[in-house]
Order: sequence, then C-alpha cells, then structure tokens
Amino acid sequence: MSETPLARRDRRRVAPGFLLRVGLVVIVMIMPFYLPTSLLQTGLFAMSAVVGAIGLNLLTGTAGQLSLAHGFFLAIGAYGYVYFAGTSSGPGLQKVTGLGLPPVVALVLAVALAGVAGLLFSPISARLGGIYLGVASLSLVFIGQHILFNASSVTGGFSGRNVPPLAILGFTFADTHPDLSVLNVPFGQYERLWYLALAIAVGSYIFAANVLRSRPGRALQTVRDSAVAAAVLGVNVRRYKAAAFVLSSMYAGLAGVIYAVTFSHIVPDAFGLTLSIDFLAMIIIGGLGSVAGAALGAVFVIGLPNLLLQYSSLVPFLAEPGSGGLDAGRFARFVYGALIVLTIMFQPAGLAGLGQRLRRRHRKTGAGQAGDPHIRTAQLPSSEHAT
Amino acid sequence: MTKFIELFASGISLGFIYALIAVGFVIVFKAMEVVNFAHGSLLLLGGYTVARLSDRLGFVLAAVAGIVASALAALLIERVLLRTNRGADPTAFSIMMIGVDIVMFTELTRRIGSNVFGLGDPWGSKLVHAGSVSVPQTRVAAIVIGLLLISAFFAVTKFTSWGVAMRASAEDGEAAALMGIRRWRVSAIAWVIAGALAAIAGIFLVSFPTPGLDNSTGLDALKAFPAAILGGLDSTSGALVGGIAIGLAETLTSGYENSLPFLGRGFGSIMPYVIMIAVLLWRPSGLFGTKAVARV
Repeated sequence: MSETPLARRDRRRVAPGFLLRVGLVVIVMIMPFYLPTSLLQTGLFAMSAVVGAIGLNLLTGTAGQLSLAHGFFLAIGAYGYVYFAGTSSGPGLQKVTGLGLPPVVALVLAVALAGVAGLLFSPISARLGGIYLGVASLSLVFIGQHILFNASSVTGGFSGRNVPPLAILGFTFADTHPDLSVLNVPFGQYERLWYLALAIAVGSYIFAANVLRSRPGRALQTVRDSAVAAAVLGVNVRRYKAAAFVLSSMYAGLAGVIYAVTFSHIVPDAFGLTLSIDFLAMIIIGGLGSVAGAALGAVFVIGLPNLLLQYSSLVPFLAEPGSGGLDAGRFARFVYGALIVLTIMFQPAGLAGLGQRLRRRHRKTGAGQAGDPHIRTAQLPSSEHAT
Repeated sequence: MTKFIELFASGISLGFIYALIAVGFVIVFKAMEVVNFAHGSLLLLGGYTVARLSDRLGFVLAAVAGIVASALAALLIERVLLRTNRGADPTAFSIMMIGVDIVMFTELTRRIGSNVFGLGDPWGSKLVHAGSVSVPQTRVAAIVIGLLLISAFFAVTKFTSWGVAMRASAEDGEAAALMGIRRWRVSAIAWVIAGALAAIAGIFLVSFPTPGLDNSTGLDALKAFPAAILGGLDSTSGALVGGIAIGLAETLTSGYENSLPFLGRGFGSIMPYVIMIAVLLWRPSGLFGTKAVARV
C-alpha cells in the first residue's frame, strides 16, 4: 500500500506493493505499441477518471464529505481549457469565443479555475457535513448543466465545442506536427497523450498518497472521524473542509482537461448527473480513503462499459445500443449499481481492502497492517448534519 | 393578473406534489437517518406501473397497483438491504441507496425508452374555469389530494401510536428502543408510507399539462430533494413548506421566462436548486431543521 509502515522502510526493504505499482506502470507504458486506437481512447478516458477519482476520494474518503458534484468540476476543467486555449470562430449564432492562449497555460488556468469554483462553493461545502453536502451538491450539477447549455458563446451550447490539441514547446499532442513513429508504430494523438496522461495520473497518485501521510492528511482524517476531536486538537475544521473541497475540485479540473483533449469534442450531456454518480461508484467500489482503490475503481467503472461495448458481439446476452434491449452501457450500470450495494454490505473497504485482506492471509501476521488508518475506516461521519 | 393567478395556482399544486415526495423522503430520514437516494426511482416505478396498467385495468385500479408497487418496493429495500445490515452506518446506507437507484433507474428508463406514456387519468386535459382564470383539473386535484394526504399524515404522526413511536425514535433512537419501541417496525412503516406517497406524487407529476411519463420524470422527481433540504431534512412540516416554496418558484420563473431573458432558457427547472443553495448559505440546517449540537 502507499502507506508503507515506517518499521519496514527502516529495514531498507523494498515494499512488494511498490514493485507491483512500478510493474503496472511499465505494463501501461508498453500498451500503445500493441493496443488498437479504440482501446487507447478508453484507456485515456480511464486515466482521466483515475485522476478525478483520486481527487474525489480525498474529499469523500479522507475528509468524509460526500459530493455528487464531481462531474460539474470536470466540466469546469474541460470547458475552461477549451475557452482559454480555443480561438473565436464560427458564423452568427454558432459563434464561440476563446482566448487563444498557449495550451499549457490554458491547462494550468483551467485547473486553477476549477479550484476557484470549489472555493466559491466553500461557504456551503465547509459548513455542511457528510450527507447534507451530498444532497446540496446535486444542485451544482443541474446549475452547471443549465450554464453549459445556455452560455453557448463559451461552451458551444447543445452541440458542444471542438477542443484544441494540447501542445508543449512546439510538440503537439495530435496526429501531426511533428509526424512521429516509435519502433515502427506511428504515434498519433492517442499514443502521444497516453504518456502525458500516465505521467499526470502517476503524479496525482503520488501527490495524493503524500497528502494522506502528511499533517494535513491526518488532520482531514480526524475531521472525518470526529469534527469535535479535530477542533479540540487545534484543527480549523471549516478551513480543512474547504481546502479538501478545493483540492478535489482541482483534481477534477485536471481530469476534465485530459478528458477534453482525449475526445477532441465535448458536449454538455457528458457532464451530467450520471458522470458524478459514476465517480462516486468508482471510489466506493475501489475503497473509500485509499488512493490505490480510487485508481482501481476508476479503471473498472470506465473500462467495463467501454470494453463490453467494443466486444458486445462476443457477449451473447448483450443487445445493440439503442435497440431498447440490454446494451453494454446499461449492463455495466447494473453491475456497478449492484456492486455498490454489495461492497457496502460485505466489503466496506472496497477493492483496496480486498487486496489488503488477501495479503494479510498470505503473510499470516498482519502486524504491519493492523494500524492502517486508510483501510480500516471506510465510513463517513454521520453524527453531525451541519456545523 | 390572470396569468399570475393561474401560475400561482399551478405553482401551489406543483408544490403539493413536491411536498408529497419530500415528506416521504423526510420520514425515511427521520426513522433511520438514511437519505433515500432511490426515492426518485420509487416514484418512477409507481408512475410506470400506472402507465402500463391503466389501459387494461382502468385508471383507479392501475393507480392502486402503482401505489402498491412502490410501497412494496420500498418495503423490500427496507427489509432486504437495511434490516439485514442493522448496526451499519446510516451514511453507508445512504450510499447503498445510490446503488439501488442506479439499478432501478437504469431498468425503468430502459423499459420506458423513448416512449411518452399517458396515464389515462379521468381529468385528462380538462380545465377548471373561475372568471377569466382557467387552471387544469389535474392541478386542482393535486391540491385537494395533496392537502388531504398531508393532513392525514400529520394527524397520524400526532395521534397514533405509530406516530408517537416514530417521533420518539427520531428524537433518540436508543432511548426509544429502551422504552420498548420496535424501531425496525417504525422504519418499515415509514418506508411503506414513503413509497406510497411517491407513487401518488408520480401520478400527478406526469399528468396534464406535462406531456406524460418519460425518461426525464426521474430527474423531475429529484427536485423534491431541494424541497426536503430547504425545510430541513428532519422536519415534515418543513418538507411541506419547502415543497410549496419550490413549486411556486419553479412555476413562476418558468411562467415569466420571457421577461427574464438573461437567465437563459429553462431556468425554471433549476430554480429549486438555486433556492436550495441560497437557503443553505443562510441556514445550513434548512428552515425548520434541528441544528446539530455537538456534545463531547
């Protein structure tokens, strides 16, 4: 796990979990050489979701603040990037405006914008506890949808808007400029973005793991377990709740940018309530409070419907999309809806806890894991509704 | 002025519909502190049952079937999911309800598809005229039935032993249990009532002037969440006030949309959420909710 017990690190042994993670990253790194582009797109979507889910898990799993508005902050990141990097174009009513900034600057500004949006919501997010915030945050999704549909000079309205490709120091993350082949594999948009998204995902992972281990991370966990105890210990509860919300919004913003540059065209419908609920499903199934769990959950929730969709002809009971039968998307929703229920009933620590359990059985000691705070407490606080 | 009165009447009527949903939401919360995120799907289930059966059974029998279907589904959720896991954290249950909602909502919207179902209700598109004002009969019926049901509900909570038991367990669950109150029976009845109210609200929510039951009905039902939060999640009278406030605000905003062009088209439908945020900024526990007091 990311929370390597100090005792083991002192003995200078490399933790097996660390090796496993490095191995996984290496496997992901060679994927573009073998996978078809449709799977690469799914993979990029999953990596974007990994970033977003890690952010939501910091808020919901670590700080105990339920949010159903994560999709809204993804939208801010995605549309923020398009607005900052895009140029004004289009005739008459379809005219969209943009600032035409360099894409890297636009990326940073978009993430900052998502953070500012999170900060603006802090009078509510910092005062409401757990489940109250969950219902209140629903409003952001619907208000966000309204803005996306109506502010068409920025968002393109119903039909959406094209996303300018990302470019860093003259290297464009698109099919050309420059033309590029590595080991005889042509490197187009998805292959190039793959490594960037992977780097961002790994960076987000390490940052979140460090936050959890740091003083603010411990403070957030204390706020989750007991706001009163945290306040007594000198933690400014409101400020920490607000900070967790801002950080999680920035993660969502970053995820939104990756999503936007992957799909090259974004529409408001993609950022509706469904997306926010998907993110919640990711962190519940993966394991509340665990960074690795969030990543696993994200890959599962995004991967399942998309893989089923691409191979639906091989799965006998699945119908064609749009035929009214049980198509891949719906089937996947059944699966993870049921998984949310089952996870909470039988395995509250999610996939991350499952790994933990297996490892403990394997080693038969469990001494190192017994005090692991991120796995043990997978519940949100409920004693207080509002402070 | 005519327009205003018409809109006002429609708003009150929509408000009662929201109040019916919100009251169910609130009693479930009061019984076990569970936020029932599957409430919208229960409503959709009731509405869908009525829509499918009204051709064969006639409206009244279909309506009864719809109410029974929603109430049974609610009871099933309570018995199978909540009761077998007693002792778990209420917030975990609430999240579990999101899972239940995903499954129910996906199946119901799959069945509904792109259809728009009429419910075959006796009011149809007829209007009630009073002077120059004309209001759909369904709206009047919604007000009358909503008023009756909610008064009956308040009488039940005030005078019956179940009502006393429910209020006691909402006040302090442990003490209530020690006094011999069977909390799980209280909770089961709360769920059944909530399911039945949701189905009734569903019938009115999709009758004229709304086109009928379609895929967006479940989302419309979500507007009762702001109503419940607005009044305070643990206050049934708050749910009534919240519902009417939300219904009025939504209808008036939609009605005068043309005078408010800067808000964008369709602002009325997000008005409930805007109001919820405004109220929460002012009072984080809602208008009538109990302020949480932390004891160490």
